Amino acid sequence: MIEGILIGLTTALTFQNILMVMVGCFFGTIIGMLPGLGPMTAIALMIPITYGFDPATGLILMAGVYYGAVFGGSTSSILLNAPGVPGTVATSFDGYPMAQQGKAGKALAIAAWSSFAGGTLSAIYLLFMAPSLSKVSLSFRSPDYFALMILGLTAIAAFSSKGQFLKAMMMVVLGLMLASVGQDSLSDITRFTFNNMNLTDGISFVLVVMATFAMSEALTIILKRNDPTSAAKQVSLTELGSIKINKEERTKMYKTIPRSSVIGFLIGVLPGAGATIASFLAYGMERNIVNDEEKEKFGKGSVNGLSAPETANNAACSGSFVPMLTLGIPGSGTTAVMLGALLGFGVQPGPRLYMTNPEIFWSIIMSMYIGMLILLILNLPLIPYIARILAVPKNYLIPLILFFSITGIYVMSFNNFDIYLMIGIAVVATFLRLYDFPMPPLILAFVLGGLMEENLRRSLLLSNGSWEFLWDRTLTLCILLTTILIVVWHFYKSIIRK
Amino acid sequence: MNINTTKVISLLFFIFSAFYLYTAYQIQVFAFDENAPFNARTFPIYLGYTGLFFSGLKIILPDPNTIKVQHKTLEYKKTAILIVIAIIYGATILKVGYFLTTSLFLFSSYYFLGERRWVLMFLLSFPFVAAFMYLLHGVLDIYLRDPFLQSIGVMG
Repeated sequence: MIEGILIGLTTALTFQNILMVMVGCFFGTIIGMLPGLGPMTAIALMIPITYGFDPATGLILMAGVYYGAVFGGSTSSILLNAPGVPGTVATSFDGYPMAQQGKAGKALAIAAWSSFAGGTLSAIYLLFMAPSLSKVSLSFRSPDYFALMILGLTAIAAFSSKGQFLKAMMMVVLGLMLASVGQDSLSDITRFTFNNMNLTDGISFVLVVMATFAMSEALTIILKRNDPTSAAKQVSLTELGSIKINKEERTKMYKTIPRSSVIGFLIGVLPGAGATIASFLAYGMERNIVNDEEKEKFGKGSVNGLSAPETANNAACSGSFVPMLTLGIPGSGTTAVMLGALLGFGVQPGPRLYMTNPEIFWSIIMSMYIGMLILLILNLPLIPYIARILAVPKNYLIPLILFFSITGIYVMSFNNFDIYLMIGIAVVATFLRLYDFPMPPLILAFVLGGLMEENLRRSLLLSNGSWEFLWDRTLTLCILLTTILIVVWHFYKSIIRK
Repeated sequence: MNINTTKVISLLFFIFSAFYLYTAYQIQVFAFDENAPFNARTFPIYLGYTGLFFSGLKIILPDPNTIKVQHKTLEYKKTAILIVIAIIYGATILKVGYFLTTSLFLFSSYYFLGERRWVLMFLLSFPFVAAFMYLLHGVLDIYLRDPFLQSIGVMG
């Protein structure tokens, strides 16, 4: 392994590769900040450029874009409550309230340090645990995945404050229903399209996230313009505040970061799980671990609530490289795009990648750490400038949010229908938000909907229609029991206790 | 009588779930798939029942945290105008082109939101869109259809 690390360092520390990491991080941060343009778009745009380099350099560039875009997504989550990527949805739960309290600079600094720490720790885990973790992820079967999805969706109960459990579950179901629109993945039978060709391919994720977050946020701000409480928020939003993290906040982060990085990395390793579920689970876990006083602060600007998902999503980014590099199975949508690029280079990922192309495997791992360091050096000093976006008056900011949302959808499909659909979903979401129906559960369910159906299909077909697969394997049973415990506990807390 | 809007929304969701479930049962599957343990309609049927279950619970169970929205303070008019402008923008973007429609969308949105600094409004619409369009079309090579710019010979 020492030899591999040295090979990786030699490759990653060349001038060209360091430059690529810097360019990738900077470009990724800018793209990730724009609602609608996440890492997948950024990496997809990079693929033609990377073919001009050798495979290691190309992948290093894409990895830099990936980290940069995830950090950029956190920035728009914190400043605008408009997550550019699903992995940063959980960041907005506490990051945005913190920005509204005039602590935008601090929120961005916490996000930057947490991302750095999460990414660095997971790069170390990856270095030492990649071979054995790939074996663990291989042992996961469809029933385990299905149970894990149920657990992920139930974890949203952690986000629902008092009396919102049922509302959150209704939003989960709505998200799954939206995900079921379009062709069935196996039989190609169209569902819920009502003979509309525009719906045959289903509803795009970017469309749903833009409608329920960016656009609906913009409409809500306009709608509540004369509300005395929101007027107060607007005034405080113009204050950036200090980027200095005090001792008490650092102490909280020291506890949160290690546990969130572990959960983020482990979830990232599981093929298909990725940064989104990792950040949601880390947020839910953190909320359940902290004391009652701290728990009350969740959703209102908690340091733990911001640090946990930020650490986990970056740790999951590194973790998602494990199945891609060692098994050839992408751990997330973004690594799926990178896998395509790798195949384009003529490199076949799999267990033999260690032997056939060690410089690729190890240089990516080494460049991850370098990427995190560069991201921190680039972004921390830029925080005051990035946060200036808050000073933009609402009269300009709202139309610009709408503009970025509509442009994001337009360049994806060049279709009027998608714009109408986005406006329609945004109007419904705005109305639901007025009555405290939470949107994050809907998004998580929408992301997991397809995978969930796929794994249920495999499980039921393998067990010949019997639901015994839920308790046949110990691992599946353990995950399901955890889910049941969470449901019972939250149901008890939110309804019965009252 | 004071109607709890959350309950009304839950009732609407219940009706929506019932409609979803009905539509799920109408999904045409292949004859050989009809009695398979899992086919294209299985998952939606489960979803329909789950929707009925949760919305039904929300209707039946008491609501301890009733949300009261102050409708009088809400800016319905400006929000509706903004939505209408966005719909018009969506309807014209393909026929007229990206540059003109986007610039007009931004300019009119600033105006209806109460902005009257004309120079700033202009700078943050037409030149801003031109720069953004150059970034997308010129630098990132993302094709943007624009009949208007083509008609005046700016775009090839």
